[in-house]
Amino acid sequence: MSEMTQTAAKPRIERSATASRTYTIFVIIGLAALILAPMFFYPIFLMKLLCFALFACAFNLLLGYTGLLSFGHATFFGGAAYFTAHVVKEWGFPPELGILTGVVGAALLGLVMGFFAIRRQGIYFAMITLALSQMFFFFCLQAEFTQGEDGIQSVPRGHLFGFIDLNSSTNMYYFVLAVFLIGMVIIWRFINSPFGMILRSIRENEPRAISLGYSVARYKLGAFVMSAALAGLAGGLKSLVFQFATLTDVAWQMSGEVILMTLLGGIGTLIGPIFGAGLVVTLQNYLATSQFPVTIVTGVIFMVCVLVFRRGIIGEFYASRLGRKLGFEHRR
Amino acid sequence: MAVAATAKQEESRVVLSARGLSKSFGAFMAVKNVDLDVHHARVHALIGPNGAGKTTVFNLLTKFLQPTAGSITLLGTDITKTPPDRIARMGLVRSFQISAVFPHLTVLDNVRVALQRTNGLSTQFWLPVSSLDRLNARADELIESVGLKRERNALAADLSYGRKRVLEIATTLALDPKVLLLDEPMAGMGQEDIGTVSNIIREVAKTRAVLMVEHNLSVVADICHHVTVLQRGEILAEGDYATVSQDPRVRTAYMGTEEA
Repeated sequence: MSEMTQTAAKPRIERSATASRTYTIFVIIGLAALILAPMFFYPIFLMKLLCFALFACAFNLLLGYTGLLSFGHATFFGGAAYFTAHVVKEWGFPPELGILTGVVGAALLGLVMGFFAIRRQGIYFAMITLALSQMFFFFCLQAEFTQGEDGIQSVPRGHLFGFIDLNSSTNMYYFVLAVFLIGMVIIWRFINSPFGMILRSIRENEPRAISLGYSVARYKLGAFVMSAALAGLAGGLKSLVFQFATLTDVAWQMSGEVILMTLLGGIGTLIGPIFGAGLVVTLQNYLATSQFPVTIVTGVIFMVCVLVFRRGIIGEFYASRLGRKLGFEHRR
Repeated sequence: MAVAATAKQEESRVVLSARGLSKSFGAFMAVKNVDLDVHHARVHALIGPNGAGKTTVFNLLTKFLQPTAGSITLLGTDITKTPPDRIARMGLVRSFQISAVFPHLTVLDNVRVALQRTNGLSTQFWLPVSSLDRLNARADELIESVGLKRERNALAADLSYGRKRVLEIATTLALDPKVLLLDEPMAGMGQEDIGTVSNIIREVAKTRAVLMVEHNLSVVADICHHVTVLQRGEILAEGDYATVSQDPRVRTAYMGTEEA
């Protein structure tokens, strides 16, 4: 019996070595593609894609790695967009400080929402986050600084560190790319850290984690705040890219969209949500000019995903024969 | 002489006690007025037919359930209102009836998760996972002590049921608990694993208190110093195994007939 587990254990280690090699190669290819992309695609489209990819990855940090389904992430994305837009436009903050304000604001919102929601599980957790984010939506609708239905328009991009002009779309693109990569590195480190290890153990067996003496709620709250802060990073960045922040960013549809992106790409895979976001954003862009209604098409895709490829694009790829040959292994 | 006396005193020290412990779910009284004293360096068994309330008592003692009435004292501190994770940090660690491992972590990682807490390596989200490697020496020691050395890098999910239970004990021991609560540690185990686990428990109980729920009466007879029999949520009998097993009420409760 132990003989068998022994032989089963051996190839697993070798496989994970192959996986890290393939992973490195993929990351290099991906980086090269992202650096060269503005030569082939419209930069605003690419920037939008990166913002939503970061947003989806931040969301996945919570759903995929902590097992918490939040239905209120628009609050952090849209809230940060408002904060950044406001301080940059009204107070004349430089872009880097503007984004930082957005991140801190989103983290604080995350702390409050997390505090109320974290003790509940499953559908109750989702409902509380939804309710709180609806409250925030109506706050944004009424508050003066958000300028209600108009939103904050013509936000200046400004000069990064005082000398890089972000009004040039090339400069802006590489700035967005840099922030996106920093966000991804933070997520990667967070998942693969002592803290991430505890999160994994909580997701695997929560009562056991409690019986080992972990105050589970605090770890979940930590992950929630981190996820909120990173969603805020994406939101703040987005308000600089489009130069506006509106109610669309804090509406519940945005929370739904990010769930869709994450599911399509693959829950619990580091890069899956990037692909999910890419697919959704691309569809939205192309369908905007066609006669197909976007919501129906994304709805159908969502149904197909749930029925046919539940692991999501990247999840299915990892689990496929080719994926396994390359050394990937899809957990859970 | 004096040393022997303190050792004696140490031996009979009560580390965990419950007084008048009761739990009702609506009109149903799952546990009624249970008094329990768990001593240092002793293996204490909690036995009884199915539905007697053994697991409920466990859940009450570890605060996974809040008692309806009664009080619980751990190492001289009243813990009747203390949350379960803090109780674990105070040194009362439990296992579960169903195997409680982290299935998609390796054996090594399972043990390290426990060591992470006692070594203050659980909140650092900025450090790489390799920072946990300094726990390996202690983790390997524990893994070896329960005979899991060959499965060190296997996923816990791939282990046989018995081996999972053994891993669970290793993880629990990593916390160096003062009181150990084991919920049916031998259930579903092969004969070979039962021997291993019996030896581990005997060894562990030299320096700690152990309270275990167990159905395997030969194991109880073999390693337990003290037995409490529960029936319908109440204590039916108490004493060492020889006394308890001769008690006609216990025989009736278990077999349904006097002569069985």
